Amino acid sequence: MNYFGVKAILIHELDRFKRTLLQSLASPIITTSLYFIVFGTAIGSRIKEIDGINYGSYIVPGMIMLTILTQALSNASFAIYFQKFTSTIYEIHAAPLSSFEIILGFVGAAAIKSVIIGLIIIITAGFFVDIEIQHPILMIFFLILTSITFSLFGFIVGLYADGFEGLQIIPILVITPLTFLGGSFYSITMLPEFWQNISLLNPVLYLISGFRYSFYEVSDVSLLTSIITIFTILISCILFISYTFIKGYKIKN
Amino acid sequence: MKNILEINNVNKIYRNSLKALDNIKLNIREGEIFSLLGPNGAGKSTLINSICGIVNFNSGTIKINGYDNIKEYRKARQMTGIVPQELYLESFETVWKNVNYSRGLFGKPQNHKYVESLLKLLSLWDKKDSKIKELSGGMKRRVLIAKALSHQPKLLFLDEPTASIDVELRKETWDIVRKLNKNGTTIVLTTHYIEEAEELSTRVAIINDGKIILVDETDKLIKKLGEKSIKIQLKNEIINLNENIKNKYNLKINKNILTFKYNIKEDSINLTEMLNDIENDGYQIKDFITEQSSLEEIFIKLIKENKKS
Repeated sequence: MNYFGVKAILIHELDRFKRTLLQSLASPIITTSLYFIVFGTAIGSRIKEIDGINYGSYIVPGMIMLTILTQALSNASFAIYFQKFTSTIYEIHAAPLSSFEIILGFVGAAAIKSVIIGLIIIITAGFFVDIEIQHPILMIFFLILTSITFSLFGFIVGLYADGFEGLQIIPILVITPLTFLGGSFYSITMLPEFWQNISLLNPVLYLISGFRYSFYEVSDVSLLTSIITIFTILISCILFISYTFIKGYKIKN
Repeated sequence: MKNILEINNVNKIYRNSLKALDNIKLNIREGEIFSLLGPNGAGKSTLINSICGIVNFNSGTIKINGYDNIKEYRKARQMTGIVPQELYLESFETVWKNVNYSRGLFGKPQNHKYVESLLKLLSLWDKKDSKIKELSGGMKRRVLIAKALSHQPKLLFLDEPTASIDVELRKETWDIVRKLNKNGTTIVLTTHYIEEAEELSTRVAIINDGKIILVDETDKLIKKLGEKSIKIQLKNEIINLNENIKNKYNLKINKNILTFKYNIKEDSINLTEMLNDIENDGYQIKDFITEQSSLEEIFIKLIKENKKS
């Protein structure tokens, strides 16, 4: 195992995070505050409670999920794409690093950033509403696993992207709609039965639901289904990346 | 001398069916400066990228210091460093961080003393805290060399090290190459500048259309394939030179100068006899000028012959 190599990628990528600290942190803090103003105050004043939880508090897990899904994906896709774009990736190929170690470095860095951002949102949300975390270990488990999974997904997006525009397509056209429609700001029990059934096809619903369970012990679907879903996405990403690396497609000529 | 690099029957076909490497066989000796010479698109970069793990080759074996670069890629790659043709650097990072990052990638723990000595060797020490974007082109190229040497490789590849750079910078790069070689690093450089190969390398390989046409010591190659010419300046203008002499030596006449071309390989040439023949014909010899064909002329000749075959 090339520990120094993995550490070098991790530090290198986290350095970029430090260099852009203001944008990296200001963006989620401002976005969270805006969601609280719009959803918590304007809409929340009309919806008092969902499943016995104050509406403002109810939306916190969904908001964190929305941010970490998009951040993990964007950070990881940008990190690998940027190296391809600047052609500095030649050094990664030339180094004695296995595919696993390369992924560990890039995905690890993106996941660490996402977890930090997730924790910052929890702290920010604490200024607006009361937050209880009934199952802190489960919450951390979901936070870390979701960050890793979507960082892996982002890594794939970065490998296959042919331009900076390509990096934006998945977060904007796929992740954000799925998160909004996955019960970030509502319970799917509030929807007509037909739309409830449609919502069950949305994998993000299971992530949000499981994550919300760790906070308030309320969920739209069973905890086990949520855990199985996150592992299924994680394993799919690992298999896809392994296939890509074996074929060398988009990485080596 | 021990071979530090052994390439056997390496083939590479790109997705567009282009055969970039065609059954390449090549050995590089430890401690030498070796030039891989060829026109654009000959396969030079593909070959060194295959050795360094940047490009996947289709068949054959590459051994670096005895280690197979696929099966024992960790050990093999620790032996090599590569300086790409283009200035592939992260503009917003400092020189210091860039070089230490490269060292880490190659599995080496931090060694600030070594990195400091490396930056001093490459005259970059006073720029260690500067961001890459603040450096000149020459400095950026030196940073790339520092990155490639950060993990103390035995074998350094320089891909077109002086492509598109001015004469002054070219000389500076050559000095660095010589200095590194003197310090014990084996160097393989690709170039399409004959002058560069002639100036720097002990041995040269000529590659064209993915095939190695020839490998030899630079001096020997020039001797072996080089044409020499002697310009004999006579005291008086040449009028009615004996036809037998003219035909025997295939001499060309221009006023008072006779030009005699011959190949150094040919043993049958007897220069003393030719000069005696000229003097016996009534001409006095004033001066000689000898000219030898450059590597460039040999290179063009070989490429043309290769295309014909």
